[in-house]
Amino acid sequence: MDKTIEEINEKIRSGKVVVFTAEEIIDVVREKGIKQAFREVDVVTTGTFSPMCSSGAFFNIKQQNQKMKFGGGFAALNGVPAYAGLAAADIYMGATAIPDGDPRNSNGRPGKFRYGGAHVIEDLVAGKKVLLKAGAFGTDCYPLRSREQMIGLDDMNDAFLFNPRNCYQNYNVAVNLSDKPIYTYMGKLKPNLGNAYYCSAGQLSPLFNDPYFRTIGIGTRVFFCGSEGYVAWPGTQHNPVAPRLSNGTPQTPAGTVALIGDMQQMSPEWLRAVSFTGYGVTLSVAVGVPIPIIDEDMLRSVSVTDAELKAPVVDYSRYYPFGQGEAKLGEVSYKELKSGNIHIKDRNVPTGSFSSYALARKVAHHLKQLILVGDFLLTQFQAPLPGAAIGKEVAE
Amino acid sequence: MIKTKLAFIFPEKTVEEPITYHLITDYGVRVNILRASIDPGKQGRMVVELSGEEVQISQALNYLESIGVLVSPLAQKIRHLEDRCTGCTACVPHCPTQALDVDRDLWKVSFDPEKCIVCFSCLETCIYHAMAVEEQFA
Repeated sequence: MDKTIEEINEKIRSGKVVVFTAEEIIDVVREKGIKQAFREVDVVTTGTFSPMCSSGAFFNIKQQNQKMKFGGGFAALNGVPAYAGLAAADIYMGATAIPDGDPRNSNGRPGKFRYGGAHVIEDLVAGKKVLLKAGAFGTDCYPLRSREQMIGLDDMNDAFLFNPRNCYQNYNVAVNLSDKPIYTYMGKLKPNLGNAYYCSAGQLSPLFNDPYFRTIGIGTRVFFCGSEGYVAWPGTQHNPVAPRLSNGTPQTPAGTVALIGDMQQMSPEWLRAVSFTGYGVTLSVAVGVPIPIIDEDMLRSVSVTDAELKAPVVDYSRYYPFGQGEAKLGEVSYKELKSGNIHIKDRNVPTGSFSSYALARKVAHHLKQLILVGDFLLTQFQAPLPGAAIGKEVAE
Repeated sequence: MIKTKLAFIFPEKTVEEPITYHLITDYGVRVNILRASIDPGKQGRMVVELSGEEVQISQALNYLESIGVLVSPLAQKIRHLEDRCTGCTACVPHCPTQALDVDRDLWKVSFDPEKCIVCFSCLETCIYHAMAVEEQFA
């Protein structure tokens, strides 16, 4: 008997719901088998905490008596420029924006990128005020031409994160085949396969647990940096047509989601600005997606282990930036990546990650608790993500 | 036998002296160079771990003082700000001495200052600003 989301929500309301994290469910299924576990388990929670560059915030700034049209003018928060090409009081602060005077990668030195859009977002979520500086050309209806003021979230009518691409379903493992160290969005890569970086929570990662987007779609409610957020749209670069293993998981970066959430509900515990030396500023966000166990296939999907998830190893010295050389140096499992060493071209290469598994686990446990106490209900998506309609026939 | 980590600051005139050679052959001290930045004609800086008998080391330090080398206990220390650390492990493959290590069950990164040679690799690789330099004035 399959379960509906409404039946599961009824169990949440009556306090009878059974929830495990995507890590805990592995042992449950191993011990009880799919059939028995399916009868018992209603929801599996996933989690991730990782840098996600395609993130940013929309702000609507409260007007003063004399009004100002930011639109078509400029606006900066703590010196970091925001996009002001919208209506009078709407601006967008992208996570990767940096102040005009930032030293960046100057004189051959890798820039430190200590403050940018992500830091503005983190400061605001932490309850701090930031300096707004804005300039406009002035109109009959919006006469004010400049404004300089310390503002916080209370000085805004609206503040919400709208991240065009989050939760990548799988990601490259980055290495450097050249003879010089390189600074990339996948960290500092030592020459001659000196190290490898990966960036996924693996078996806890939301889209790895629902590889064909059977339950995650447009309108799905998610835990998003402490808020109740929603999947707004397929993320940019969403690519369901990726080569897949027999368990359905993609072998390359594949699906993505665009997420929305209210910054007033967010907490700095679940959102952190980060600085990549030599690359730039970005934002790490916490996302947890609850997966309703609607049928046995869904349970099979969420019980996938790190050993059964594979990522491609890519050279970031030539192939990634220039499209030259071998596209893929190998394929490794997340189990190998998390062991601290992988083997590539007969070399033992130490690994590190930017995605925090400790925090991914914390997100999944936190969401589990919210569901157990009845504070988080599941949703039926309003429209599927592309690829889901094709079911398991997603072409390579 | 004792071990001590020190920073040597060389004035310009001593940069050309084979100081390490003298420490080893004249004073019988074991010198492990952890970090060095020495350019002819400029002030030099070297971080070393000296090991030997106490008396050998104190004689060696007298020698250094006599030729104008400034000796200070490791002038900078690295601190691991645990409340900022997410346990992501980005620092781990860059730490040359495994001073930074990770418990792969708890996914908690630990820092052993005894093993740290203050190479600053972790400052460059930690994206969460969880590693900091602490200046010490000895």
